[in-house]
Amino acid sequence: MFDVGSFYRAQSVEDAVRALAADPCALPVCGGTDLWVRNREGRDSGASYVSIQGLPEITGVRLDPDGDIVIGAATCFRDVAEDPIVQKFIPMLGEAAEEVGSPQIRNVATIGGNLCNGATSADSAPSLLILNALLVLKGSGGERRIPVEEFHTGPGRTCRLREEILCEIRIPRSAYQNRHGAYIKYGKRNAMEIATLGCAALVHLKEQKLAEVRIAYGVAAPTPVRCGKTEEILTGLPAHRETLERAAQCIRGEITPRSSWRASREFRLHIAGEMLKRALAEAIRRAGGHIDEA
Amino acid sequence: MRMRIGESLIRVDAHAKVTGQAKFTGDLLPRDCLYAAIVHADCANGRVLSIDGSAAEKVPGFVQLVTSFDVPDTRFPTAGHPWSVEKAHQDIADRPLLTKRVRLYGDYVAAVIGETRLAAKKAAALVKVEYETYPPLLTAREALGATPLHEEFPDNLIAHSRIRLGMSYDEAKASEPEALEFVKRYDTQIVQHCHLEPAQSLAYMEGERIVVVSSTQIPHIIRRIVSQALDMPMGRIRVIKPCIGGGFGNKQDALVEPLAAYLTTRVGGRPVFLELSREETFTDTRVRHPMSFDVKALVRRDGTLLARKVEGWSAQGGYASHGHSVVANSASAIKQLYRDALGLECDVRTVYTTTPVAGAMRAYGIPQADFLTESLSDDIALVLGMDPIEFRMKNKVEAGYVDPHSGITFHSYGLEACIEKGRAAFDWDKKRIAYSNQQGPIRRGVGMAMFIYKTGVHPISLETAGARVTLNQDGSVMVQMGATEIGQGADTVFTQMAAQVLGISPHKVHLVSTQDTDIAPYDSGAYASRQTYVSGGALKRACEMLKEKIIGYAREILGDVALDLRDDGVVEADTGVRKLTLEELALEAQYSLRRSEHLTAEYTNNCKDNTFSSGVGFVEVEVDIPLCKVKVLRILNVHDSGVLINPQLAAAQVHGGMSMGMGYGLSEELLLDQSGRPLNGNLLDYKLPTAMDHPDLETDFVELVDPTGPFGNKALGEPPAIPPAPAIRNAVLHATGVAVDSLPLSPQKLYEHFVRAGLIREGEEHV
Repeated sequence: MFDVGSFYRAQSVEDAVRALAADPCALPVCGGTDLWVRNREGRDSGASYVSIQGLPEITGVRLDPDGDIVIGAATCFRDVAEDPIVQKFIPMLGEAAEEVGSPQIRNVATIGGNLCNGATSADSAPSLLILNALLVLKGSGGERRIPVEEFHTGPGRTCRLREEILCEIRIPRSAYQNRHGAYIKYGKRNAMEIATLGCAALVHLKEQKLAEVRIAYGVAAPTPVRCGKTEEILTGLPAHRETLERAAQCIRGEITPRSSWRASREFRLHIAGEMLKRALAEAIRRAGGHIDEA
Repeated sequence: MRMRIGESLIRVDAHAKVTGQAKFTGDLLPRDCLYAAIVHADCANGRVLSIDGSAAEKVPGFVQLVTSFDVPDTRFPTAGHPWSVEKAHQDIADRPLLTKRVRLYGDYVAAVIGETRLAAKKAAALVKVEYETYPPLLTAREALGATPLHEEFPDNLIAHSRIRLGMSYDEAKASEPEALEFVKRYDTQIVQHCHLEPAQSLAYMEGERIVVVSSTQIPHIIRRIVSQALDMPMGRIRVIKPCIGGGFGNKQDALVEPLAAYLTTRVGGRPVFLELSREETFTDTRVRHPMSFDVKALVRRDGTLLARKVEGWSAQGGYASHGHSVVANSASAIKQLYRDALGLECDVRTVYTTTPVAGAMRAYGIPQADFLTESLSDDIALVLGMDPIEFRMKNKVEAGYVDPHSGITFHSYGLEACIEKGRAAFDWDKKRIAYSNQQGPIRRGVGMAMFIYKTGVHPISLETAGARVTLNQDGSVMVQMGATEIGQGADTVFTQMAAQVLGISPHKVHLVSTQDTDIAPYDSGAYASRQTYVSGGALKRACEMLKEKIIGYAREILGDVALDLRDDGVVEADTGVRKLTLEELALEAQYSLRRSEHLTAEYTNNCKDNTFSSGVGFVEVEVDIPLCKVKVLRILNVHDSGVLINPQLAAAQVHGGMSMGMGYGLSEELLLDQSGRPLNGNLLDYKLPTAMDHPDLETDFVELVDPTGPFGNKALGEPPAIPPAPAIRNAVLHATGVAVDSLPLSPQKLYEHFVRAGLIREGEEHV
């Protein structure tokens, strides 16, 4: 039972931007797996919707000649997960996409919508953070590019303007080449789940040392976060068990999860360390390394 | 003759349900239907001061606001029990149609009728209600003696019942000074049934009569309750139950039927559809009683259970519903499952609380009791250094047991055989040794639990069921049961029973699935794992009566020979030679100019018997200590449920129960905040296990012929949900040495326990 004022299916991104600008109460909608739930709960009652679902210009994954991977924001999670480019170059993002909801949800929910919804629990966000993704938005003022790290501004909030459309998620070649990552989602069940905590880790392994480390979390703060301090401390350290222990210790001092009825801060801090150890170990293994028991 | 009992006949409703042909309440809305929406209280304990509908009235499509100030001041009981003509045994009549006194968060203070669902919902959201609020009463212990929720119960105490067997606990303790004493508290949580189809009713008037089409397990009882709620003679109420999408006990209660019936009277009998959302179904229908048990147990060092003293507290919620019957049932199982060599004291109380109303839920108080008894057994066995099965073998209920109070007898006893089957299937003895003294972050364990369960409600309550069978002109039969198909497969097993007794093919049995109280014979409904036993008894007898009539008529044609019915025909009893097809006989009987007879039979079974069914659950888990997670690697239920009418349906019934038990053990819990407001009454935040959370569900049976069952059968509907939760808890105990004494074993709770046990350092890694 949805309370919809009007529903307009845009013909193009340009058309969507025009429609949004014309109606100050209109909201863009793509897969709708978050927005229709909001509407059913009585939020956004009577809203006008401008659908960008399936617009070819923002759907699908491609490899640019310069090696950057471009993911159309309207690509559904199933298509992200099954895409050969994703599987070959950034498999961790495909794995994160597989963690979303259920097969039915992954068939409609889109990676762009997941980001624009602004939730700290978005399964795609930690992986995109450590892949240094760049977001391409188009609005009435033209196009702008924003690093994903600057996109989230608070719980359920992003810097996207109401009449702007997130069109592309660009992953620079330099961010993924010779890098290997892993995403671990902590949920209370194995499907249809919102993350209690999500941890993504990526390494550049050189001679059994962590030449570069990138770490990001969902639900560790009001927005998905990169963990620069821990990254810095780990950089240059050997792929040892001791390094993983150090990582767990550092991360517990860096992130700031809160207590809620879903989980206590102490519990989230505890599993954050454990998840990071496992994500790093998996990333190192994928990079062809192994964990030396120091 | 081909056997029909014991065959896995494909469900008779399978095709209709798979193709969408089957009609549920929501499929039957007439063209001129109106829709109702509820105005819920947004405090848990309080009083309505005023209700302002001025904004609601302006919503396009608004039809009418009905408030708690408008409704007649009647109070009715909602529990789906057969009525008792003795006042002392009647259910508590404490429910108003709409209430001025708020007794739980979400209590019904008003209803809005609209031309569309959306209009009704939007208008309901705009109704302004002023409250005077009081502190919430969230647990039975704190509610006892607090300001009353119902004037008739000044201490909030609904009932306190006692069981005393043998010596008192103190006497037992004095007589056995060497005995070990165990002092424990076991707690269970609020869970909800989560049937697929939310609660809903359609009501309309035909002349002076009210018709209620509803998703219910108990159409005939609903008729009585609606008549009480509206103070209208029962003959003027008609209840129709089409297909229903699950109930699990929630729909063994009057949910929205009385209100829907009342609302149609407010709009001149126009149809009113009242459908609860999933979220409303969670928080304002019924839940499983959360219970807390303080337990003391005395045990000899050789493992002999000497005595137990149990104090149980059951939190009822704001209205009585099934009330004290549930924890009273828990107390019975505590008594029945184990033998206390010296004595048992068991005191249980049910107390009104300002929490979601607890009612019937699959296995009716026994999952709570079983969490107590089975956790206690493993806790004792651990201290004694005994194998948990050995402890149970020494102290469990034995063959031929007769309940000293109810007289219920364990007629066919398969409990020990179930234990042995599970023990062998799980390689239990080896695994108990292999998994002892594990180190490291990932550990495995095996655990088990046993249970006992009654079949139906005799002698506590009336057991009555009707069946009517008619021979059609083509030699097929019409079967009308008062019993209710709720997804469990009742229609299919009744079809098999009729086919068996009448010697006809199952496809020639046409069973009227829709219950219509204007037409169908009476039956109390689908609950208490009773229908194959009680209603099956009615059908068996009705079919035997019809068979006698058919043979009697055949003799008029064939002469005085011994006849029988086999393979859709009348045969010579001795030789099996067919003398007439059933079709030939039916045509003759119907249209004979000599003597036309409508061959039909009806029987009311007043079942005055009962028997115990029993069984075990076995579980193997892997515990990831640093991540505080339990993975169920294997799970097996073995049931002693007598003869299986349909083995495939029986296994499916067990699968569903095991899933429910796994959720109870690991993840399901309806949480309330300090003000009594539900926090997670939706399917995202309430962690019902998904397909991805289950291993293969293994089932096995010990099939003994129960002498009291119409076909040697006994209870199976509810029992499968009982053993998984305590078996999981015991497997975690085996894996980690950590005894978790409350349900569920959620990651947050395991974290706290593992920190306390020194298995993980707070905020740090696995030790």
